[in-house]
Amino acid sequence: MVTAKQDPDVLEKCPTGIKGLDEITKGGLPRGRPTLICGSAGCGKTLFAMEFLMRGAMDFKEPGVFMTFEETTEDLAKNFQSLGFDLHDMISRGLIATDYVLVERSEIEETGAYDLEGLFIRLGNAIDSIGAKRVVLDTIEALFSGLSNITILRAELRRLFRWLKDRGMTAIITGESGVGLLTRYGLEEYVADCVIFLDFRIQEQISTRRLRIIKYRGSSHGADEYPFLIDEYGISILPITSLGLDYIVSTERISTGVPKLDAMLDGKGFYRGSTILVSGTAGTGKSSLSATFANAACMRGERCLYFAFEESPSQIIRNMGSIGLDLSRWVKEGLLKFHSARPSLYGLEMHLVTFLNVINSYDPQVFIIDPISNLSSAGTASEVKSILTRLIDYLKMKKISTFLTDLTHFGGNLEHTSEEISSMIDTWLLLRDIELNGERNRGLYILKSRGMPHSNQIQEFLLTDQGVGLVDVYTGSGMVLTGSARAVQDARENAAELSRRCEADRKARDQKRKKTLLEARIAALRAEFDAESEELSLMAEEEQKRQMVLVEDRSEMALLRKGKPTRKSVRNGSGKGA
Amino acid sequence: MDASPGKRKNATTDATGEIWDLRLYVAGQTTKSITAFENLKKICEEHLAWKYRIEVIDLLKTPQLAKGDQIVAIPTLVRKLPTPLKKIIGDLANTERVLVGLDIRSASR
Repeated sequence: MVTAKQDPDVLEKCPTGIKGLDEITKGGLPRGRPTLICGSAGCGKTLFAMEFLMRGAMDFKEPGVFMTFEETTEDLAKNFQSLGFDLHDMISRGLIATDYVLVERSEIEETGAYDLEGLFIRLGNAIDSIGAKRVVLDTIEALFSGLSNITILRAELRRLFRWLKDRGMTAIITGESGVGLLTRYGLEEYVADCVIFLDFRIQEQISTRRLRIIKYRGSSHGADEYPFLIDEYGISILPITSLGLDYIVSTERISTGVPKLDAMLDGKGFYRGSTILVSGTAGTGKSSLSATFANAACMRGERCLYFAFEESPSQIIRNMGSIGLDLSRWVKEGLLKFHSARPSLYGLEMHLVTFLNVINSYDPQVFIIDPISNLSSAGTASEVKSILTRLIDYLKMKKISTFLTDLTHFGGNLEHTSEEISSMIDTWLLLRDIELNGERNRGLYILKSRGMPHSNQIQEFLLTDQGVGLVDVYTGSGMVLTGSARAVQDARENAAELSRRCEADRKARDQKRKKTLLEARIAALRAEFDAESEELSLMAEEEQKRQMVLVEDRSEMALLRKGKPTRKSVRNGSGKGA
Repeated sequence: MDASPGKRKNATTDATGEIWDLRLYVAGQTTKSITAFENLKKICEEHLAWKYRIEVIDLLKTPQLAKGDQIVAIPTLVRKLPTPLKKIIGDLANTERVLVGLDIRSASR
């Protein structure tokens, strides 16, 4: 029966090697078929085609023919050079063959019937000379301006594309877009398999390159407009809208660089790979906090990528020197890489592509953008949000810890980001000014931190020449004090405490004295009592003695009267007797 | 087409000393190629007497030659001499246009 290769239902694909394109086309361009790349002048068609050939020759062992109608081989070589490819070397190694086709209308007279067999022969010859698998025709529309018989031309082009198909060539045909048309001469009519449109748009003086797959017969493909970037490594397309939320997260914790802040975050710091946002008004220490975090990462031996939208690298290094951070050391060791650019340098999509390109080439563990709020000068809020969502998704997927700072404006809601990305943030630190008693101090608190218990306290944020520090603010007596007010209040409290302590001591002493006094009085009373009871017993004794004496006296008297003493007589005796 | 491709036909120097050096590029013996060759021969004999030389190049046999003269269409007639270089594509059915294209009118006058 039919094998997979012959099965017409299964479209075999030819990887382009262009970053990102193979993802959105789900494997590459249709193998053995022509693909039309169209777009306006300067949109990168030739470069696209060039990279397709070069990557094919270098990475996929598929030699290619570049047939150019616009540039000489020499010019072409220069263009290739700009992408780091040595065309002459590749030609001599038999990986690439070029043919410059020049059709000069002024030299040519047409009489009667003709065909383009000459072109076929040249192409065929070039293909055979290196056993090519890929072909680029850039841009075949030049024929339309060189030859006047459109009927013949159209018939011949149709034959050419069929011929390429028959020979199994994966071909790229470029075409310049016309007014309201994909290509000026309607090439899309002939190349029906795959059409890719490149766009170079300028919006508010900022240019963005975009790519869209208009058509891909027999295959599903990403349907969005994808921004792409042309840099010294060629074309990069970033199909990052397709990312999902199925990344694996880490439970590892990393230090914030500020021990006390680590303590506030459950004593362990941030989660690795989480997204941290620091927002605050101007001058609250956002950059210092990010530099501290970067410094901590470098100390752990991790690579850190620092995107600065406000300052140049040397300025950051100088300024952070003033809080005791030596960042230049890390730059020298290759652990820290700065990337400074003005946000308005290019469009948002371009920024995103730049981010991802640098991330991919540097492969950092920590990524810092300072600040993201500046991006809004390059696009609308929803655009910024879309960019940041895709960026954060991408970074999460790569388990890169992300530290973003956001400048909030005075009078604005502090607990609100202008980019509306708060829901994407795992840990949100808020830096705020605390204005009191004619001075301004910095306060830091944790607005949220997913997946960990965290402190609810406002801490005073100090920038010293020893780095960033946090101090507990004064929160007694129903008010929050910072800075010198906190110090004054502390001193006041200390004094009050001292006097309270003295008072207590005094009272204790008083009490002791009272006790002594009381004891003394008790002793005195007891002594008095003792004295009295002694006297009393003495008196009793005396009385007894007296009674005894009296009895003795009476009996003696009775004896003397020689009568019997009666009680009555005794009682009255004295009277009678007297 | 009687002439085997690539062979010179009627080459002599005349009193004027000027030789018309013409090349006809073909790809195999197609109808168009044969017609073109016959038309060319007729025109040359009529207008250039013996002052011409025709070289027929069959690109099926020597495809690498197509590059040098920037051949795209078949058949193509190239006037190498006298300079400047001129090209006429097609089967040369319209004698008038061929004469204009090759600038023969002025030469034979």
